[in-house]
Amino acid sequence: MTVKYTKEHEWVRVEGDVATVGITPHAAEQLGDVVFVELPDVGAAFERDADMAVVESVKAASDVYAPVSGEIVEANGAIVEDPAQVNADPAGGAWFVKMKLSNAGELGELMDEDAYKKLLESL
Amino acid sequence: MPIEDEALKRTPLYEAHQAAGAKFGPFAGYDMPIQYPDGVMREHLHTRAAAGLFDVSHMGQAFLRARGSRLGTPEAHEAVARALETLAPGEFLKLKRGGLRYSALLNDEGGILDDFIATRAPEEDRDGEFFLVVNAACKDQDFALIRGKIGGATELDVLNDRGLLALQGPEAAAIIDDLFPGAATQGFMTMRRAQWKGVDVLVSRCGYTGEDGFEVSLPADAACAFAETLLARDAVKWIGLGARDSLRLEAGLCLYGHDLDETTSPVEGAIDFAIGKRRRREGGFPGFERIARELADGPRRRRVGIAPEGRAPVREGAEVIDADGRAVGRVTSGCFGPSAERPVAMGYVDAAHAETGTPLQVVVRGKALPASVAETPFVPQRYYRG
Repeated sequence: MTVKYTKEHEWVRVEGDVATVGITPHAAEQLGDVVFVELPDVGAAFERDADMAVVESVKAASDVYAPVSGEIVEANGAIVEDPAQVNADPAGGAWFVKMKLSNAGELGELMDEDAYKKLLESL
Repeated sequence: MPIEDEALKRTPLYEAHQAAGAKFGPFAGYDMPIQYPDGVMREHLHTRAAAGLFDVSHMGQAFLRARGSRLGTPEAHEAVARALETLAPGEFLKLKRGGLRYSALLNDEGGILDDFIATRAPEEDRDGEFFLVVNAACKDQDFALIRGKIGGATELDVLNDRGLLALQGPEAAAIIDDLFPGAATQGFMTMRRAQWKGVDVLVSRCGYTGEDGFEVSLPADAACAFAETLLARDAVKWIGLGARDSLRLEAGLCLYGHDLDETTSPVEGAIDFAIGKRRRREGGFPGFERIARELADGPRRRRVGIAPEGRAPVREGAEVIDADGRAVGRVTSGCFGPSAERPVAMGYVDAAHAETGTPLQVVVRGKALPASVAETPFVPQRYYRG
């Protein structure tokens, strides 16, 4: 099971035809303390790069984009209830949504861990 | 390549912020610390729990003195106070020695050019001198306006070589009192002159957080050493502009350029307290006709606190609509309040919707979220009341 990354600092973990999506520890750190999370409804469909979710800190709101195209099959209500989890465990328990992939070919265009690490070093 | 004019200015404490790990951002032409490694949330809560140190050296500081009458005479005080009263609606004539007064520079339509604090010199032998602190973004225009309009009667001594540090929070008084004995019982909104390691400092009990606290004006070359002295205390931490904004918003205080601007009058802006009682009768300040009318009949719109019902913060620029979806106003400041533990906001609504408790909706990302007009401050003010 591999984890892929976007240049917008989202991570995607694929099992079968379902992708779990979250934001990276780098993104969580840049946001600061997350105080509000808005997630899409189960059943909603998104094209890649569409605004899918919102995370807000005390001072700013940021969009989370769909890293791949697909339909939402599960949303992580725990981070809506307790947004601080996004800072505490961004790469694990604080995943955002699970999506049923509609175009698995898009996965090949995402970065692997080495490429993402290089991106972070270049920032 | 940036040309010299566009380069961001730095306060005397820039290197101290760097050393403290600040993230910087441009504000009013200055490269300012937005937050430190603790982040906005912890900085905010620390200020309300202990003592937060703010570098506000970007703000404009100046002495305004009477020209042509000798300093330390009643004539000099009257001359400078009356001159100031032609620009702003505050009661400056009867202000006590050492008293701070919040007021606003007005344009001819009664719109606010800037909000500022004028302090009458504490000593009798300095009657005829006021200390002014104005917003960083407005300071050049403010000082040009003052010189242009009242430069005949007064002399403006702009203090470009001074720092300004604010210490805010429940532990501020004890810490400032250790450095300047007597500060613990200094009145709210008063200033006194003091010495720190041989330099002349101005210690004012005021602030922009809703907490008890002080602002200390001192020579730029003493600012770093003074900050270090304060930071040596466990209770004191640097606080950036991010938390400064969330603190003032919870306290219901306005940010010029956002909650007040050239189109808003002091009555619309709900800073009526900046208009002296005598001034309401006598006028003699720009825009008196509009302001007197608004005081008598009520303004067309008014700045109010806005409390969203849910957890979603509402931000500056969001449209405010009534229960039926009609546009009634706009949010001018909004954030998540770390101490209020809920979103807090303020904005302008038309007069018919300005009553506390009026149900409203705020449009966020295309959705109308329920909210209501709320009393401010959103957290209790803890100013020193003696």
